[in-house]
Amino acid sequence: MQPFLFSRVKNAEEAIDVLAVRTVGESRPIAGGTTLLDLMKLNVMNPQRLVDVNRALSSKIEKTAGGLRLGAAVRMAEAASHEFVARDYPVVAQALLLAASAQIRNMASLGGNVLQRTRCGYFRDATVPNCNKRIPGSGCAAWDGVNRMHAVLGASESCIATYPGDFAQALMVVDAKLEIVGRRGPRTIAFSQLHVRPAADPAVETVLKPDELIAAFVLPKAEWTRRSVYLKIRDRDSYAYALASAAVALDLDGNKVRDARIALGGVATVPWRARDAENYLKGKELNEATAESAGLQAFDGAQPREHNAYKVKLGAQTVARALLQAQSLEINT
Amino acid sequence: MLRVTAAVEIDRNAYMSKPSNPTASIVHRREFLSAAASSAAMPLLLDSTRSQAASKPVMVSPRDLIDVTLTVNGKKERISVDARVTLLDALREKIGLTGTKKGCDHGQCGACTVHVNGKRVLSCLTLAGMVEGEAITTIEGLSDITGGLHPMQQAFIDNDAFQCGYCTPGQIMSAVAVVSEGKAETEASVREAMSGNICRCAAYPNIVTAIMQAKMKMGA
Repeated sequence: MQPFLFSRVKNAEEAIDVLAVRTVGESRPIAGGTTLLDLMKLNVMNPQRLVDVNRALSSKIEKTAGGLRLGAAVRMAEAASHEFVARDYPVVAQALLLAASAQIRNMASLGGNVLQRTRCGYFRDATVPNCNKRIPGSGCAAWDGVNRMHAVLGASESCIATYPGDFAQALMVVDAKLEIVGRRGPRTIAFSQLHVRPAADPAVETVLKPDELIAAFVLPKAEWTRRSVYLKIRDRDSYAYALASAAVALDLDGNKVRDARIALGGVATVPWRARDAENYLKGKELNEATAESAGLQAFDGAQPREHNAYKVKLGAQTVARALLQAQSLEINT
Repeated sequence: MLRVTAAVEIDRNAYMSKPSNPTASIVHRREFLSAAASSAAMPLLLDSTRSQAASKPVMVSPRDLIDVTLTVNGKKERISVDARVTLLDALREKIGLTGTKKGCDHGQCGACTVHVNGKRVLSCLTLAGMVEGEAITTIEGLSDITGGLHPMQQAFIDNDAFQCGYCTPGQIMSAVAVVSEGKAETEASVREAMSGNICRCAAYPNIVTAIMQAKMKMGA
């Protein structure tokens, strides 16, 4: 780990001011530290300053007019076990509980979780010279390398690193909003706008400016969010990243799909909204055949490499199964 | 290198040398710097702390040490560390509590599990500077005030729940939390809840049995 200045700030304004200082070099906010410290120990990330934002950001889960607001400093474990999250947004609770380990869930913040970085072995090895995410313009070692866990969607010769998270996909399918604070003032965006595909510059992963912080997530109030599921397929029963996963939320009229929201994990370079599959299902009856077709639609255009071709079929079947599971949920109104 | 508060030059070798009193209690098995520093430097530290009460000293250089007071097993430990020092390294190297183990140092094995405010966390991914004022419990803090074993520790012994013992402190710290989290209903839920602690010796079946046994004694 490289030496860094450590700043403890009292509130968000102070955090933004410190992050905006240009004379120090790179400043990063730290909350749970579960991604940041891991990568700093590998010398993959080397900020010159860390700003402890735990007291600067909200740790509250509160009902608002807009829905349910989760502060960015709320820990994964707390959100996962919260009564309103589990009841009204089961896909969110499941995505959180199926992620990481109990210890990490106690430490990791929601804001930090969505900003977690890829587990690509070439990215995580600072001695590997060709990694466009670490060194823009240097190439992609995984493209023709060992790529079993790498992305088949949103991938290109410049980067095929998989976005490894789960929570982000759940947020996408409940139409979550993201509250951001920064030098230019607060702004709210659709959560699905946060992540940026790596095509142009894999080093840039989100739309956040260096002085900006995620302040909160807002889950909207809607009946259909209760009919939601997160299905995660992995090598082990627990404590492993997804080989393929699907977050699904269904607005059903009997067996007919009014609206479907599907987001994929473990298979794409960013949290992946499967819009073609959603459009396919709209207005149709949901059954095994249409669920399977939707799954195939979701992976239309996938670009497999040498070791990750299994993800295309596995991913499609994961979508199909998640859709059918969501359909069969008994919802108590 | 700028020392931010205390004026005392700390002898880094002091805490690394062999203990002068081999019969010293488990907590002081290694000589560590706070024993030396606290008696000699306490008046100086108090003076500077009082005058700095308004705000924490700001680091001027990344190589400045930061002063941190950690509350470990009910006891306050004042240490001066590089900002990079993790809670794990502070516990082991600065405070002399070597029960907590470094398995992977990357949050993947669970050997470094401790409790912070009653919740299990990985000390290898926690900066010492970020847990000031929090109540930290290590494996050494599990025994009761008479030094008797915690029911979980006894259960691990009774059920042969360890072989080399390296993952064991982390397993026990996790296990105690699993019971208090209410996750020890069934063997399946125990396995799921304990999945962040790995054991190369594969003592898993006996660990699960130990937890189910201890749960009864812990009144959960």
